[in-house]
Amino acid sequence: MSAMLERLSSGTKRLAASRWSVPALCGFSLVLPFILPSQYWLRIAIVAGIYAILALGLNLIAGYTGQLSLGHAAFYGIGGYTSALLALKLGVPFWISVPIAGVFAGVFGLVLGIPTLRLKGDYLAIVTIAFGELVRLVFLNWNSLTRGPMGLPNIPKPVIFGYVLRSNVAFYYMVLILVVLSVLLLKNLVNSRIGRALVAIRENEIAARQIGINVTELKVKAFIIGSIMAGVAGAVFAHFQAYISPDNFTYMESVTMICMVVLGGIGSLPGSIIGALVLTFVPEMLRSFAGLRMVLFGLTMVLLMLFRPQGLLGRRQR
Amino acid sequence: MIQDLLQQIINGLTVGTAYALVALGFTMVYGIIRLMNFAHGDIYMVAAFAAMTLLVSGVPIAAALPLSVLAAIAVALVMARFAYKPLFDQPRISLFLTTIGASIILEYGAMYIWTPQTHAFPYTFANPVFSVAGARISMLQIVMIGVSVVLMIGLSVFVRSTKLGKAMKACSHNMAVARLMGIKVNAVVYMTFIIGSFLAAVAGLLIAIYYNAVYPLMGFKICLIAFASSVLGGIGIIPGAMLGGLIMGVAESLGAAYISSSFRDGFAFAVVIIFLLLRPAGILGRNVQEKI
Repeated sequence: MSAMLERLSSGTKRLAASRWSVPALCGFSLVLPFILPSQYWLRIAIVAGIYAILALGLNLIAGYTGQLSLGHAAFYGIGGYTSALLALKLGVPFWISVPIAGVFAGVFGLVLGIPTLRLKGDYLAIVTIAFGELVRLVFLNWNSLTRGPMGLPNIPKPVIFGYVLRSNVAFYYMVLILVVLSVLLLKNLVNSRIGRALVAIRENEIAARQIGINVTELKVKAFIIGSIMAGVAGAVFAHFQAYISPDNFTYMESVTMICMVVLGGIGSLPGSIIGALVLTFVPEMLRSFAGLRMVLFGLTMVLLMLFRPQGLLGRRQR
Repeated sequence: MIQDLLQQIINGLTVGTAYALVALGFTMVYGIIRLMNFAHGDIYMVAAFAAMTLLVSGVPIAAALPLSVLAAIAVALVMARFAYKPLFDQPRISLFLTTIGASIILEYGAMYIWTPQTHAFPYTFANPVFSVAGARISMLQIVMIGVSVVLMIGLSVFVRSTKLGKAMKACSHNMAVARLMGIKVNAVVYMTFIIGSFLAAVAGLLIAIYYNAVYPLMGFKICLIAFASSVLGGIGIIPGAMLGGLIMGVAESLGAAYISSSFRDGFAFAVVIIFLLLRPAGILGRNVQEKI
């Protein structure tokens, strides 16, 4: 088991390191809509792209900075509801409502982050779980605004420069652009002074503080960036599905996201994308085991931790 | 008005004692191996489902309850041995994620076996109701409070005066030194899992009978409550978990009655957040400065 994973991982790593990997990947993702067998799988690909944005943002928080957040679905939901409500109640166009959704989620990230990020590991995890559940309860019970469990239907399709993104193909390319932008943003960030400081915080917080890193400020900043990305992803998801309800933003969603990060490899950007792809496509392929799907999911998580805690593309760390 | 308040407090104390039982197991495991066992609440669920299945298939209640407790302990031991034990010396995030994986397996495994619906617990308790100062307290509530109090006293005596109890305390202070002193650390760790799951299983049975409901996700909320209770009292401290459980029960009951019943579950979460922010060491805990 372990050896198999090792081979799989080193193979993937070698592929990722090769000179042709980036152009090949770009080419592949550009022609993907035309080789997928049906509209159904294209929709799955779009969802995978949305998850990739979520996993990338969460990787900055949990992977690079080492802050285990299990409430990422809350920011995803805040973004989704913000953009959907702006569009439905005020008729705000898509290209304005999405940034607002991101900013709004970021503000919540700031408000939650400032007091909580001084908590350590497990404590932070529990606070974020509690926050995620509280946010979901608000979606569920604020009937006059969110229609509670009935959810928000008929969220309009995005209109960009007068062009309505009606087809899945158009939507796919928009999500692809967002994923590429997220990767570029994070790649620049993690390879900068800030990125190295974040890793220092993860590896040893006290030592990081000793060498003059402003630990709290950086933790909060990473948290806000991750939250903004989740908010944007939520907004895109809302307009893609045209319907959202509190069920879209449960604790299980948060766990799925953290699994994507861990499966791909803590602190690895290509890892997050691979994690998002694998954990979106594989469960779809397992549809025929409907009932046991989540059990397999849990089992994968346990086995992964037992045999390869650093994920497919991660490095072993202490 | 006062009677109403008293009534809510009685109801809160009843569930609070059950919360305290679950919190005890949680806090003991944390105290010894610094593990947040996220699957702890699911042991409580497994006990309730096992009892339900046994009762439906005609096993008398006097045999069904102990057997279901044993089943829950067995599940916990399998988990501890095969999922947690190999990771004891790994980074804590790995261990924490493993417990989440284990909890997903148990929750969705239960959904697969017993369907996601809420089932009625197939046992009705002869339940006369007494009147105390205008408030009503049922026989079942008295039994629940009684059982929990006896177990808590038993646990306190056990930890204080038996050899194994002292070994547990030693391990929670310093595992390496405890091992040097000849304490069989592994045995102590497993024993802690056994005691903790025993308490959780009893709480699961009591709550299943009390609410007459068994469902696969019943362990998720209780786990957060157990965590909140432990933190409230000071994590790793046994009397702290008892106190925390009772406070959580009463807070939830009063919150649902006087603030908003649709946010019933929200109070537990709000208390967790507020407490972790204001006093992460808990009511009975001491702040420990991290060493370099």
